[in-house]
Amino acid sequence: MYKESEQCGPAPIVGPRIGEPAPQFEAVTTMGTLKLSDFKDSWLILFSHPADFTPVCTTEFMAFAEMHDQLREMNCELLGLSIDSVYSHIAWARTIETVFGQKISFPIIADLNKDVACLYGMIMPGDSKTETSRCLYVIDPKQIIRAMIYYPLSTGRNTDEIIRLLQALQTTDKHGVATPANWRPGDKVIIPPAVTQDMAEERMKEEAIECRDWFFCMKKIEEQKEE
Amino acid sequence: MACVNPDGTLTEAARSLLKQLQVSRSPKELSDALSAPLFKVRSSLRKLAEAELIKQEDEGWVITEKGQKVLNETETD
Repeated sequence: MYKESEQCGPAPIVGPRIGEPAPQFEAVTTMGTLKLSDFKDSWLILFSHPADFTPVCTTEFMAFAEMHDQLREMNCELLGLSIDSVYSHIAWARTIETVFGQKISFPIIADLNKDVACLYGMIMPGDSKTETSRCLYVIDPKQIIRAMIYYPLSTGRNTDEIIRLLQALQTTDKHGVATPANWRPGDKVIIPPAVTQDMAEERMKEEAIECRDWFFCMKKIEEQKEE
Repeated sequence: MACVNPDGTLTEAARSLLKQLQVSRSPKELSDALSAPLFKVRSSLRKLAEAELIKQEDEGWVITEKGQKVLNETETD
């Protein structure tokens, strides 16, 4: 189903959703033409910012660049986007390095035609009719969207939360568990609730897990240390 | 990892990649050998294939005769 909009022409009414394949694209970036499929087999954080050479975006880019090494250790890449030219991106990245001493080590999509922005529903007319809002998509190695974060133009994002979110998703995938509010690595995780009465009964008797009630069970994950 | 300069010559990154392709290598092997992100390697392979400088062989990529000729010409410049 499509809806006509001033910003995107006929655009999907429903943007990307959690649990569905990330829409594929090919785009001009500061590191050449890239396809989303180039990032297959690693996690990807695709994020948009409103405009180059603006203050909040500059603080965000420095924060994202600072966490890039840690993300790479987690098999995760970064891909930025704004509706600016590649020349603007290059000039801005060079300015950030010169003025603030932070190298921008990830590619930035120059989405002048708004193709990717419209595909991903990054333009929120109530926030800005001409710029992308602060949208972020966590895409897994199979290129499925696993989480989305949307912030307004006025508010810079928290990169600690982005790291935490990725750690939580990777823990879920590795151990088949869920993570509670404010979870940090090392905290107890949530066992998926029982779906039958027999399972609920057995769950209360298991010694390896801690159950406050049949639907509320947690355990500690023992990570295997590398030898 | 752009591959071709505006004057038609190969970039340093493209030369490094082509040198690795005397034998068939997968994108992952190239990423490890060049310490380059996998997405960059895949993008570069696509551009080099479009320019017919490399071709797919078995599970990987290998330099073509045209690619070897261009590489040799670049090395002698």
